Amino acid sequence: MKLNKRNWIRTMCAAAVVAAVSGAAFAQGAPLKIGLLATLEGPFAAGGADGMRGAELALNQRGGVVAGRKIELIKASSNAQPDVAVNAARKLVEQDKVEIMVGPLSGGEGIAVKDYSKTQPQVTFINGSSGAQATTLVNTSPNFFRFNTDGAQWMVGLGKAAMDKGFKRTMIIAEDYAFPYSQVQGFMAEYCRLGGKVPLKAWVPLGAKDYSSVIARIPKDVDSLLVILGGADAVNFLTQYENAGGDLPMMGGSITVSQDVLNYKGKRRDSLVGTISAGPVADNFEGADWRAFVADYRKAYPVSAGGFPSPSLFAFAYYTNMKAALDGLAAVNGDLSGGQAKYRETLSKMVLKTPTGDVRLDGNRQAIGTTFVTEVVKDAQGNLSTKVLRKVDNVDQTLGMKKEDFQMGTRDTPVCP
Amino acid sequence: MTRNERFATWLLVGGPIAVFSVWALADNTRLYLVTLLNSLTLASLYFIVASGFTLVFGLMRNVNLAHGSLYLLGGYVGYVVARETGWWIIALAAGFLAAAIAGLLIQVLILRRMQGQELRQTMVTIGLSIVIADLLLMVFTGQVHQMEAPSFLQGPIRDIPLIKAYSAYRLSLLGFGIAIGLFLWWLLNRTLVGSMIRAGVDDRAMLAAAGVNVNLVFAVTFALGAGLAGLGGVIGAVELSMVPGEDTRLLLASLIVVIVGGMGSVTGAAIGAAILGLAETYGLAYAPTYSVVFTFVILIVVLAFRPRGIMGRPA
Amino acid sequence: MNAAKWRRAMNTGPTTGPTRPLPRAATQPAKPAPDPYADSSAPRWLKALWRTVSPRHVFVLALLLLVPFVASPFVTYQVAAQSLILGLIALSLSFLAGYGGIVSLAQMTVAGIAGYAVAVLGASGTASSLGWHWGLVVPLALLIAVVCSTLVGWLSVRTDGIYTIMITLAIGVAFYYLVLQNYSVFNGFQGFQKVYPPTVWGISWRSPMPFYFLCLFWALAGYFAIQWLVRTPFGIALQGTRDNARRMNSLGFNVTATRVLAYAVSGLLAGVGGVLLVWYNGLISPGSVGTGWLINVLVIAVLGGMKHPIGAFLGAIVFILLQTFAIDLIDRERFNLVIGGVFLAIVLFSPDGLLGLWAKLRMHFGPSQVLTSTTQRR
Repeated sequence: MKLNKRNWIRTMCAAAVVAAVSGAAFAQGAPLKIGLLATLEGPFAAGGADGMRGAELALNQRGGVVAGRKIELIKASSNAQPDVAVNAARKLVEQDKVEIMVGPLSGGEGIAVKDYSKTQPQVTFINGSSGAQATTLVNTSPNFFRFNTDGAQWMVGLGKAAMDKGFKRTMIIAEDYAFPYSQVQGFMAEYCRLGGKVPLKAWVPLGAKDYSSVIARIPKDVDSLLVILGGADAVNFLTQYENAGGDLPMMGGSITVSQDVLNYKGKRRDSLVGTISAGPVADNFEGADWRAFVADYRKAYPVSAGGFPSPSLFAFAYYTNMKAALDGLAAVNGDLSGGQAKYRETLSKMVLKTPTGDVRLDGNRQAIGTTFVTEVVKDAQGNLSTKVLRKVDNVDQTLGMKKEDFQMGTRDTPVCP
Repeated sequence: MTRNERFATWLLVGGPIAVFSVWALADNTRLYLVTLLNSLTLASLYFIVASGFTLVFGLMRNVNLAHGSLYLLGGYVGYVVARETGWWIIALAAGFLAAAIAGLLIQVLILRRMQGQELRQTMVTIGLSIVIADLLLMVFTGQVHQMEAPSFLQGPIRDIPLIKAYSAYRLSLLGFGIAIGLFLWWLLNRTLVGSMIRAGVDDRAMLAAAGVNVNLVFAVTFALGAGLAGLGGVIGAVELSMVPGEDTRLLLASLIVVIVGGMGSVTGAAIGAAILGLAETYGLAYAPTYSVVFTFVILIVVLAFRPRGIMGRPA
Repeated sequence: MNAAKWRRAMNTGPTTGPTRPLPRAATQPAKPAPDPYADSSAPRWLKALWRTVSPRHVFVLALLLLVPFVASPFVTYQVAAQSLILGLIALSLSFLAGYGGIVSLAQMTVAGIAGYAVAVLGASGTASSLGWHWGLVVPLALLIAVVCSTLVGWLSVRTDGIYTIMITLAIGVAFYYLVLQNYSVFNGFQGFQKVYPPTVWGISWRSPMPFYFLCLFWALAGYFAIQWLVRTPFGIALQGTRDNARRMNSLGFNVTATRVLAYAVSGLLAGVGGVLLVWYNGLISPGSVGTGWLINVLVIAVLGGMKHPIGAFLGAIVFILLQTFAIDLIDRERFNLVIGGVFLAIVLFSPDGLLGLWAKLRMHFGPSQVLTSTTQRR
């Protein structure tokens, strides 16, 4: 090639183009590690698997890249025990050096991980699906964010629906740990205020199988049961109750009518049809965003590949929280410098669009969102799902009550015998 | 024990129970009677599973801690067979056979090589229980598997005086327990195999010296014990559903039954199961937060005064 | 009767009369090996040290001391410190099983009792804790652990060895259900959160390096204590009861008392491990004392080998490494399969655990030396 001015200019332009392209590649940034923690063992194993599916769905909707940075998802597993969850979180944070952590699934784990998050201020912790009130109500952590509503918020509206159906005296049967306490408090706050009575609360240990004694103790003068059991416990109770000749109408907690229970392998499910409940999702909700979410879930995880016929509330909660993490990242253009201050401020202030409506955070970094009052229905194929009776928006952590009147749910509070 | 001591023991144990029963009957008759039925039916399930455990322990001095996993295996196999064929009876047989074959393989392939090293055998069963439980988790996932009761046992029996209605299947558990108990009694007391097993429990060395093929007797006993666990699994799958974690629960129940009732004794297993069922169920019904403490107290008392169990014999 | 009295009884008495030909040569103890430092002028304690400590020991000690300086805080805390704590608890089981012939599955229960005592009596995030000073709480927790371990021992020693596994497992699970269902004292399913080590002498003992040294100190203390204990008359008597209880009984030893005392010692070790464990986790809940952990402690002890105290720590390191890093290699969900399979393989092919494997390898590939039995104790 002759070394003349034209060739020289051509070469320089080519070099400039090459430099620009490679410079842009450098400017793309290193991959971002996000840790994902769910219960893949133990009593909530099926729910945990669905939670992970929901989180992956949120990531895949963005093509795995946010603000030019590739997202690397590092998974960890727990078994609903707080110490295992903290160990898994510690490995993600200190060994794998994740910058954002999404999880855990269960209420007790959430409180333990929140305590751990206070010792790791350089990482942003976002909840998975844990729903205990105490996580964002007592001893809050400045870098723990929860974009799903808590157990008590999930029960708003059920008290009124119960009174409308004529259930004036209810017996509550619930598992004995933090999340059901929240659910009971959310139900009773409204129910008792409207004049309902709860003569007996039966707390059963998590994983108890034999409900014959509890069923035997059902007082003669109650006209309905509120059953807040999850997974295998719910299935056992329903079977044993029906076999014992019980015929009282039942109401369900949010995880009692979740897809992992409605889809258990066995035939004794007809007794569930007509059960009213409340929670963050309703399988047959007609909103456009929800329909799109369900369609995406079904396409990515058909039943043959292990997915549920409809996403469970675990999938929904993990999807919401992961979407919040990614939307926040996009809003600050992937900039996590300065102790992630800009990112956290964005998270605190943003309005998140979820499949069921908009979600904002309150002063304790707890979500204010939508709750559905639902009823279980059976479709032509025999699958069970929940339909919407009523949609309540802008439910906040104090359930609309004044802060002074609000009591966190425990075993013994609230009471209205 | 002298006559006076025996009388004192019966008074000490029976007295508070009698007082409590009178009060409970007066307070809520239906609850008391229903709880009684619940405890006896639960005891039947525990008896079926624990009888296998005590046979194996009594004859081969082997604490088979994989017993719970065999329960789970039988239950899952029974569930699959019931779903495919629709017959619950076939599922029962399938569950029994699956667990029995697994037990036979374990005994012949692994445990026979460690004859005499009881501790090592026990640790092998621990390892096997972990592996089997995880394999079952991999195949069947954590989903709940609830088996259907046979159609003639579904639903409640109504119009019983005082109790009003009771689950037919649960009542049938009592029938199963009694049937298996009678079958085991017949097997152990009226057949040749049974007499060999009883002789082996008393003195293994003499049994071998008398010319009996001890290895064969061991294999048959282990298969029978494992099969009983599998049978219990199918029966329990209807009442309590199949979920990972059931293996530990039933193993614990078997342990307590055998400790309380005495090792190697099927009668002891029946007594132990009755005591455990009563304590657990009455505890759950009348004092739910302390039901386990009752079981614990009973365990401690039995261990303190009769370390070999109520019907146990010195080694 | 202890060993010294026995020796005295054998060496004095009517057999020293002039008419008796004594087959003394056969019963005389072997002459001690010639002292290689006999002509050195160093003080006696230093010569004793030179005899017992070899370069290998110094090397290992130096390695242990250097860990927090070369490894990341995560490895120091989650891998090294946790291994030391679990190793200590497994050591209590190793001691009982290897030297006493008693396999007790309740060691994690005793550790849990100490942990719960620290949580209930000391400061925690839960309202029902009493908040006493740690100087009172820790010794009290250890005392409670020893008492409970003695009780467990008293309940289970009066039966045959194989029964012990069943009884201790049942006791362990009963304790699990007790803490799961009781709310007034043990706070049920939630357990106690925010149980942290105190800040003493201005050092926060929760940070990885000080905590590691704390664990190292107690692990070494436990290790040397056991090494010393098994050479005392009590330790020898315990090994005697392991080998042949009937003969020990006929010699006049109180077998039951020896075993119960062994339980008490193991209870102290497990108690120390339990206090460190609750500080490590920062919380304690029923899951910490569930069947999974009861069996894990046995797995750790068997993995390393129960014939020598170092086996417990070896097993703990392997277990923690598998647990922490298995998820990177295989599915975390299949962790139980891996650990169960490894345990099964060890029990089937090398019952003495990794130590037995090491001894066999040394026999095969090492320099030709006096035949080393795999059961030799050092």
